[in-house]
Amino acid sequence: MSTTHSRAAAKTMLSPAVILLFLWMIVPLAMTLYFSFLRYNLLSPGTESFIGFTNYQYFLTDPAFFEALGNTLTIVLGVLVITVVGGTLLALLLDQPMFGQGIVRLLVIAPFFVMPTVSALVWKNMFMNPTNGLFAWLARTVGATPIDFLGHYPLASIVMIVSWQWLPFATLILLTALQSLDGEQIEAAEMDGANAFSRFFHIVVPHLSRAATVVILIQTIFLLSIFAEILVTTAGGPGYASTNIPYLVYLQSLLQFDVGGGSAGGIVAVILANIVAIFLMRAVGKNLDL
Amino acid sequence: MARAVTLNRRLINTGVAWAIGLLIFFPVLYTILTSFKTEAEAVSRTPSLIGFDWTLENYAEVNSRADYPRYFMNSVIIAFGSVILGLIIAVPAAWSMAFVPSKRTRGILMWMLSTKMLPPVGVLIPIYLLFRDWGLLDSRVGLVFVLTMVNLPIIVWMLFTYFREIPGEILEAARMDGASLKNEILHVLTPMALPGIASTMLLNVILAWNEAFWTLVLTTTNAAPLTAFIASFSSPEGLFYAKLSAASTMAIAPVLILGWFSQKQLVRGLTFGAVK
Repeated sequence: MSTTHSRAAAKTMLSPAVILLFLWMIVPLAMTLYFSFLRYNLLSPGTESFIGFTNYQYFLTDPAFFEALGNTLTIVLGVLVITVVGGTLLALLLDQPMFGQGIVRLLVIAPFFVMPTVSALVWKNMFMNPTNGLFAWLARTVGATPIDFLGHYPLASIVMIVSWQWLPFATLILLTALQSLDGEQIEAAEMDGANAFSRFFHIVVPHLSRAATVVILIQTIFLLSIFAEILVTTAGGPGYASTNIPYLVYLQSLLQFDVGGGSAGGIVAVILANIVAIFLMRAVGKNLDL
Repeated sequence: MARAVTLNRRLINTGVAWAIGLLIFFPVLYTILTSFKTEAEAVSRTPSLIGFDWTLENYAEVNSRADYPRYFMNSVIIAFGSVILGLIIAVPAAWSMAFVPSKRTRGILMWMLSTKMLPPVGVLIPIYLLFRDWGLLDSRVGLVFVLTMVNLPIIVWMLFTYFREIPGEILEAARMDGASLKNEILHVLTPMALPGIASTMLLNVILAWNEAFWTLVLTTTNAAPLTAFIASFSSPEGLFYAKLSAASTMAIAPVLILGWFSQKQLVRGLTFGAVK
């Protein structure tokens, strides 16, 4: 087999994946962009007309947009802080010698495999419900008034639920990285008289930074698009208090049938994701050589 | 870090780690326990952990619902269908990039990774309208296609990182011996690539099983998988904790077990091979 031959064969084998992904990404994105400049409502078909940037003007000046933008960032940052800090502590703990380490590991990673609709509804009904949830029972037991978590602190509750789902992922990756740490290096530092603190900050932290970067990158991708957890717990409410950008776009397009406005929102979401992605890729570039 | 520690220290570690592990696992455990309670006990204001009358009635009831088997089968068909289709497309692509890399390979891989950063709402409306016009809304075929596309970048990346570890010299040796491309793939490559393909399949079945954006917005009844079935319990009139728990336990058990077996692949797959 000549090289040109195998090159041609390689191209043929690669092209279906590339072409399909390209179509999946570019065609709908171009359509969204096109719709975003139209007055287009599914309830009044046949009245589509070009209206320039009007949809963007409406979407970007809508108070709901700013609330949703703030909520999106709160969810992403809140969950990242909780999972990265919690995951690091948990990974350090799980890396210690103990009995039944494997089983503890299984317990800790379990939430990651629970489908989002299940975890959201279990937390909502069986834990956060103000009358017959477990938290309400705990509150009554200690003589406090039960809190209506999703009614009064909808966003914080969602951050909590999502953090529970993603803590295992952060823990597992940081633990994997920790286990690849050279034990001799630590021992050498110990012999040189470095205390636990400086050992942690000068050896462990730098070693974990690459894994932490990966955790932040991957989680951000998923956290920017949180949807099911909001849909089944608060439906974005009360008001827009727990609506994020994806949920706002869903409301506008599929529930209010405003294709034009929803498309403008979709494009805004893509631009936001790109801004985040550029920052991340730059940060990751230093840490990651793929 | 295997370092010698005192037994005392080890016991303290064990206690703390088990306590935290059980706390994190508790919602799952509590769901499983509640699934064996009666509806009245499940909503009781003073919950019991194990001291209740155990019953299987919730499982019987959920299973006897005429539509339950359909939700379950939809999950199976959509998860396995999309991953198998994804593998058919991705195996050749990953193979060619791993063994016949070109100047563009790195760029293509990064581009594939970047498609994962496209938020689904950016393409939601056109997909929804196209599916409506093509009669694919609420169809298994449509959902299989969408989930194939959603997971394709991860499948290609995972396979690529596995294939890259197969020594190229073996392939060259096979070629020297005059093996045809077909034989090369069938007798040399496949046996070495199989573990990687199996791991990729496992992780992506889990991801597809739990996917909860497209499965919720593109289905109503016919093609709705378990994610959508569970979501139907969110309506206020459907607040049956015990039944919700039974349905949830059945929905998460298969992937929880698969997931426990695939911890290592999870790290590797979801970090696109960056952490192993």
